[in-house]
Amino acid sequence: MKNKLIQNLGFFALFLCILTTIFFLGSIIYFVFSRGIGVINWEFLTQAPREAMTKGGVAPAIIGTLYLTLGAIIFSVPLGLACALYLCEYSPKSFVVNIIRMSINNLAGVPSIVFGLFGFVVFVKFFGFGVSILAGSLTLGIMILPQIISTAQEAFITVPQSYREASLALGASHWQTIRRIVIPAALPGILTGIILSVGRAAGETAPILFTAATFYTRGYPDSIFSEVMALPYHIYALMTEGTHPEAQTQIAYGCALILIIMILSISGLAIFIRQKQRSYYGK
Amino acid sequence: MESNAIKLKAENVNFFYGSSQALKNVNMDIYEKKVTAIIGPSGCGKSTFIRLINRMNELIPNTSFCGKVMFNGNNIYGLNADAIELRRRIGMVFQKPNPFPKSIFENLSYGLKVNGIRNKTFIEEKVIDSLKKAALWKEVKDRLHTNALGLSGGQQQRLCIARCLTIEPEVILFDEPCASLDPISTAKIEELILELKKDYTIIIVTHNMQQAARISDYTAFMMLGELLEYDDTNKIFTNPANKVTEDYVTGRFG
Repeated sequence: MKNKLIQNLGFFALFLCILTTIFFLGSIIYFVFSRGIGVINWEFLTQAPREAMTKGGVAPAIIGTLYLTLGAIIFSVPLGLACALYLCEYSPKSFVVNIIRMSINNLAGVPSIVFGLFGFVVFVKFFGFGVSILAGSLTLGIMILPQIISTAQEAFITVPQSYREASLALGASHWQTIRRIVIPAALPGILTGIILSVGRAAGETAPILFTAATFYTRGYPDSIFSEVMALPYHIYALMTEGTHPEAQTQIAYGCALILIIMILSISGLAIFIRQKQRSYYGK
Repeated sequence: MESNAIKLKAENVNFFYGSSQALKNVNMDIYEKKVTAIIGPSGCGKSTFIRLINRMNELIPNTSFCGKVMFNGNNIYGLNADAIELRRRIGMVFQKPNPFPKSIFENLSYGLKVNGIRNKTFIEEKVIDSLKKAALWKEVKDRLHTNALGLSGGQQQRLCIARCLTIEPEVILFDEPCASLDPISTAKIEELILELKKDYTIIIVTHNMQQAARISDYTAFMMLGELLEYDDTNKIFTNPANKVTEDYVTGRFG
């Protein structure tokens, strides 16, 4: 009887924790929705800002964020997967490889503003890309690289060794085994890593602060060397350096709402793809 | 026992996991188109031994090997020997059924595809033929394109046998193929092994002494990495030369 009571209390405590988490998540979404929904209309989504950021829309910022995120993914996904493959499938288990693994994990802990400074020095100045989509994408790409590598590594490690053995025992080469068995089986896990990274790349401000973002552009970017507006930076700029706080705060909430919706829908799409994959693999 | 053609020959085989020796100077001849069973208590080196024959142990880091394994008279650990080519000719069925998380058809066509066969009609015929040989065709013919993981454990193991047959190996290694199966599935696999003996050389590791007695022509008894006795199955089970073998097959230990 006493055991049962303790158990129930335990469950209740755990449930309370879940409730707290959901409460915070729910209130953030409610807060942003209730304040942001008012300014969102067709013009807001499709027009550029007018009259010192107090009227018009934020379309260039939406497009800019999409470009930057896409660029970061294009750069970091192939590189990250190749690194993870090498570390899991090819590298001998040695001291040096352990050091490399640790370094990658440490890279994940570097503050994003440091990536921003690095991107500024290396891509903007040294390579001379200027403040541009290219420099911003590369900086964001480097920032999400450790996350992509570690989730992909996790995914490769969880592919049962028995699949590899079965494939090799049929006379498949190491590479054939990786391409036809290991990568497909690891795909749901890899996709999860990419989803999380997309969310992070789209939402970060610091890495693009000096490398890509600008407060205002007249139109849309016309090459990868153009500077762009981006939603997170736009929110930051509206809240810190405007001359019409009332109108600008409104717009900032609108931007926050769009950013949240964008990230949620990208995640939703990826989760949907992953579920389809998973059900196929019978997991 | 000497009248048959020798398919495989282990000569002074030693194998180490790190510094612990798993096989000690094993010498053994495997005869063509016969079933050879390897029995012995857990950890005696049975699995290590058969995994040497298709060079699967190479995948385990920090292991070392010395000795020779001759396959059709050629050393499979020789300088020019190719592990991939070897594994195409020596198939393996594992302890736990390990179908790929793909459809039944894809599981079977895989071995053909990785070996460079592109002809669709040929692949299809081969898949059907292998399923028939593995006595699985009737059960799966209407669901070839469903996920293989939806099959029962026994069906999955027969699928793995069929998968192994697609590439027409000369030798099939069975590493405790019935360890995770119920008695009915086990009976089906045993029946299948007796059928396959006509075309293939078979080596089976088993913990089940009755199984060894039922299906094998020759039985090897291993203990602590050594091959203690190797003879006709009949002799091993009725009149073994070694006292330890007798104690083991009569169930006094192990």
